[in-house]
Amino acid sequence: MSEARPNSTDPGPPSALLAELTHRCPLRCPYCSNPLELERRSGELATAEWMRVFDEAAALGIRHVHLSGGEPTARGDIAELIAHARGIGLYSNLITSGVLMNEGRLDGLIDAGLDHLQLSIQDIDDESADRIAGLDGAHAKKLELARQVKERGIGFTVNAVIHRHNIHNLERMIDFALRMDAGRLEVAHVQYYGWALKNRAALIPMRAALDEATRIVAEAAERYKGRLAFDYVVPDYYARYPKPCMGGWARTGLNVTPSGRVLPCHAAETIAGLDFDNVRQHSLADIWSSSPAFLAFRGTGWMEEPCRSCERREIDWGGCRCQAFAFTGRASATDPACSLSGLHNEMVAIAERESAAASPAFAYRQF
Amino acid sequence: MSEGTGQLDATTVPRLGRGVRLQHDAARGAWLLLAPERMLELDDISHAILSRVDGKMSLGGIADDLARTFAADRDVILADVSELIGELTAKRIIVV
Repeated sequence: MSEARPNSTDPGPPSALLAELTHRCPLRCPYCSNPLELERRSGELATAEWMRVFDEAAALGIRHVHLSGGEPTARGDIAELIAHARGIGLYSNLITSGVLMNEGRLDGLIDAGLDHLQLSIQDIDDESADRIAGLDGAHAKKLELARQVKERGIGFTVNAVIHRHNIHNLERMIDFALRMDAGRLEVAHVQYYGWALKNRAALIPMRAALDEATRIVAEAAERYKGRLAFDYVVPDYYARYPKPCMGGWARTGLNVTPSGRVLPCHAAETIAGLDFDNVRQHSLADIWSSSPAFLAFRGTGWMEEPCRSCERREIDWGGCRCQAFAFTGRASATDPACSLSGLHNEMVAIAERESAAASPAFAYRQF
Repeated sequence: MSEGTGQLDATTVPRLGRGVRLQHDAARGAWLLLAPERMLELDDISHAILSRVDGKMSLGGIADDLARTFAADRDVILADVSELIGELTAKRIIVV
């Protein structure tokens, strides 16, 4: 038995497709990782186009399709897309805010073959959760959906994005996931791209709060082993080494935007100078094997020092290209999250300064 | 449903966890165990064991069945079955 993983020189086929079905979303979370320039409904791929993308993904060896957005259930054809995915042997995961769902709709998606649902929560108390989501009544709807999913018995993950306004409620979020019988809890510190970068000063926690959260997750992961699995995403501003972003550029999965552009990661369009192919003109197989944007930072050949000779080059793959570009203007630079980067101290100083100051108001995500 | 991995013995009845399915993959020529964020490609032995996990058969029953099918030592098989099920239970791919 083996976990299907690429080796170090040839990534092999991708294992996952992140299908951003739409950028439309009733929530306005200030940490949204969607781009500041959101795509309009008129540009979205049609049902038949998404089905063809799923077919191409399956032929390429992909078995996991994550239906994401925006809010994927804002599309009226979500059940059709799930049924199509199931019919060709794809494992479907709906990444949802839950606020557009009701019992009948949930049953329709399960009947269509939905394998797994991932529900986001913004906090644990209604008032704070709704304030972060930018939508009154959102949290109550999420709780109702969680109860319905618990009864249905499909795979269930709770996703909590953590920042300075909710990090103190982490233990209660863990209790919630346990009560709702979730098999997984994603505790994801905000990653600073898109809207989140715009709101960084309002979101970034102090280092002590991060350390406490890390301790809580480590203890809970041990205590609830076999019952609740944890996926912990750390904020790398305070890290010693960068995160192995996406498991390495263009190595494990690909991301299709609402209008069909294919990206190695969802923030890749923030890097100036990269052109992304579209599923309307090219097959996923061609894009995976030879799209210039995918080849640009695949493997280790593109690396500069200190990455090039670093013994961790195939552990963290140089960190995040988007973050490197955002800080240095050069996407091939060392990710400043790495302590070996000349800009690392500056990055830490920003985190310490912003987290110690009073939080500015949120700039809510909007079209 | 008991919580945590607990102690496995011959009477333990395993079943696939929520959101987990076993699927033959023509392209890979192999059986896959698909789970949230995971894809395990099964070798023949793992598949022989996991294809018998139906929420009814105990570990002892699975070992008996495999011992008959493959004319092998039942106790050795039970140890292998318990090891695999224990490993997957910790990952919540199997629940007991």
